[in-house]
Amino acid sequence: MSLSILAVDDSRTMRDMIRLALQPAGFTVHTADDGLHGIDVLDGITPDAIITDINMPRMDGFGFIDAVREQEQHRATPILVLTTEAAPELKARARAAGATGWIVKPFDPAKLVKALQMVAG
Amino acid sequence: MSFETDPMAEIRASFFVECEELLEALQDSLQIMDDGAEDSETINVVFRAVHSIKGGAGAFGLDALVRFAHRFETVLDALRTDRMQADAAAVKVFFQCADHLSDLVRHSRDGGSDPAEQSGALLARLDALLGTEAAPAEDIAEPEIDFQPMGLTLDLAALDDALPADLPPLNALPPLCDLADLPPPEADGLKTYRLHFTPDTKLYETGNEPFLLLRALEELGAAQITCDTTRLPKQQDLIPEHSYLSWTVKLETDAEEAKILSVFDFVEGLCSLDLQPIAVTPDAASASAPRTPKTPTAPPSPSAAPATAKAPTPIKNVVRVDLDRIERLVNLVGELVINQAMLSQSLETANLPPHGDAMNGLEEFQRLTRDIQDSVMMLRAQPVKSLFQRMSRIIREASTAVNKEVRLHTEGDATEVDKTVIERLADPLTHMIRNAVDHGLETPADRIAAGKPAEGQVKLSASHRSGRVIIEVSDDGAGINRPRVLQIAIDKGLIPADAQLSDSEIDNLLFLPGFSTAGSVSDLSGRGVGMDVVRTAIQALGGRITITSVPGSGTCFSISLPLTLAVLDGMVIDTAGETLVVPLNLVVETLTFQAQDVSMIRPGQHVVRVRGAFVPIVDLAAELGYRAPQNSYDGAVALLIAHENGNRAALLIDNILDQRQVVIKGLDDGFSRAAGIAAATILGDGQIALILDPSDIITNAAQPLQKPLRAGALT
Repeated sequence: MSLSILAVDDSRTMRDMIRLALQPAGFTVHTADDGLHGIDVLDGITPDAIITDINMPRMDGFGFIDAVREQEQHRATPILVLTTEAAPELKARARAAGATGWIVKPFDPAKLVKALQMVAG
Repeated sequence: MSFETDPMAEIRASFFVECEELLEALQDSLQIMDDGAEDSETINVVFRAVHSIKGGAGAFGLDALVRFAHRFETVLDALRTDRMQADAAAVKVFFQCADHLSDLVRHSRDGGSDPAEQSGALLARLDALLGTEAAPAEDIAEPEIDFQPMGLTLDLAALDDALPADLPPLNALPPLCDLADLPPPEADGLKTYRLHFTPDTKLYETGNEPFLLLRALEELGAAQITCDTTRLPKQQDLIPEHSYLSWTVKLETDAEEAKILSVFDFVEGLCSLDLQPIAVTPDAASASAPRTPKTPTAPPSPSAAPATAKAPTPIKNVVRVDLDRIERLVNLVGELVINQAMLSQSLETANLPPHGDAMNGLEEFQRLTRDIQDSVMMLRAQPVKSLFQRMSRIIREASTAVNKEVRLHTEGDATEVDKTVIERLADPLTHMIRNAVDHGLETPADRIAAGKPAEGQVKLSASHRSGRVIIEVSDDGAGINRPRVLQIAIDKGLIPADAQLSDSEIDNLLFLPGFSTAGSVSDLSGRGVGMDVVRTAIQALGGRITITSVPGSGTCFSISLPLTLAVLDGMVIDTAGETLVVPLNLVVETLTFQAQDVSMIRPGQHVVRVRGAFVPIVDLAAELGYRAPQNSYDGAVALLIAHENGNRAALLIDNILDQRQVVIKGLDDGFSRAAGIAAATILGDGQIALILDPSDIITNAAQPLQKPLRAGALT
């Protein structure tokens, strides 16, 4: 099952790792460097799911999720948040912003793939 | 699904490159905080830098780095959320932590001595910052409790046990087809559950999908799923985005309840969920009470706070290239320049028509060669920023060591200099910065007594000036104690006791080898700790160092360096039958003397009148020892040379031959360093010519009085 994913993270290392985890599993991976860039990239694609970091320059993950949800065609696109802490309030905040789920960093590639299939089919 | 180690090694390498960038951003922002000019975004940048380093480090199992970064981040988070204030003391600790963090990063990358043992002391200081709002107790006891560093491997099966418990472990059971082979339920612990699942509207709004959740349940065991559609309204009343459906699932599985519930991890609070085991025997079914009721919790208020968009940070696209390849390219371009020069020379002697195709083509060729050369040189150029940041660390360490308050100002961070130059400047600059803090600046008490603020200032600046890079280290200290310096030089026998020296000559005594010894360091109120070493290092880079000092208000060391170590615009001259090259950027103009313009001010010292000003004449051939000084200057040709300190001199030569770019070929250690000679080059006709250092020649010639001194000690 080939899914198209948009990964938004300001860390090049993290973007590389996401790509390395997902491409071998047959995913198509688009990347963006921060929230604003993510919105730009989203303009040309319709990903099956979005992965986003929270702490980013220019526009953080919460702002990005808000902006994505405001777009009619992406209102129901699954969005997974990458977070280093599994703190409940972070999860609550991510969900309040409209995130579908979360992945704890450092992530295991298999779990990331599973989680994406879980939310994106 | 396992991979070669290669892609991971690549990512690891780029992680360390990213770390350097993050550490740089960290330093910058801390500097802004230190200057008291921060806004919330500055603190965010600091936080993000530490956060990103931690995130990446976790992926590579760099435990020590993760642990330290995590604690650092905890404090920064408190700062970010206004739970504490960043006063000067706090920023100082942050700087130390940033330094330590970069030590840890480098250790992780390069190995070597493990800096981790210093972590403890810094962590204690960080905790002290948090004070009463200290980190949660368990965080202190077990720093890694809420963040487990985990080595990332791409072997998908290996890590299930080491994972954080947050993700639904969906693949715990063997596939359904294997169930037939399993023993009967009683022996195996297969249980049956009934699960009611009613999604809230909010569940759909967050992009979750009941179908996928139910499918995940099916993967846990044999599931009978029924959908309850009784709440569906008539079509005219139906709101498409409302939740009307609910499901009942009868699941036969050996999975734990927690495992079943973990399927609904993402939608906890967005649905009502009721899971109960049902006994296999009918009579026990009624006795079983609901064991894990899940009631919907109030949906969290949508209070997301998008970050205000700041000025966009430019994103640099970079390619990593092996330095060897660049070196090779630089060398090849050097050869190309020589080759082009030879071609020009042979075409010129071929008596071709000046505007013919060949000459026009040659002109174009020259232009292209020069463009290529410039572009290639740019490849090696790097901003001095990284160097300056290292120096700010030196300042912090040195000032702590001698109990002085010192603030570093930097200017021209973006000035680009050849990479090799930057690398080789680190040691001399470190030396100079330490000197500035240790000897240049007074103690806080002395400063206050002198009416200055207790905090000393050290300024580090870089700029491009007339084709060279000028790097200045200045302080606002007491300046050079000239009587003291003179006395020391006399005591050490470096100059005759009756020597009459100008202020700047006294200052330059600091560069004499043997001027400073370890014994005189601590009680010397001026400078001079190994400045001869600094000077030698700068000269090895084709540079010069000068010193200016104003008593009571400070000292400034100025380093002038060539932009590149590879090529130079030169004037090819002839003197006493020798072909020599003078760096063109030092030549202000060319002069032809008239007898009446030249006057003698004392035996062996002549000056020439140039536009109303008198300029000393330096006979190049005589200075280099090619022949005795001339007696007549009538009709002689000279180059007016701009000296670094603003003085000028007329360098007497026989003839100007050409003006061209030359490729600098260093004189290796096999040659002793001759005064006034910087390097050598190969000319278009294959001849070898020496490249002069006119400033050196002029300095040597400036004072006959000083000649024995310079010949003996300075060169």
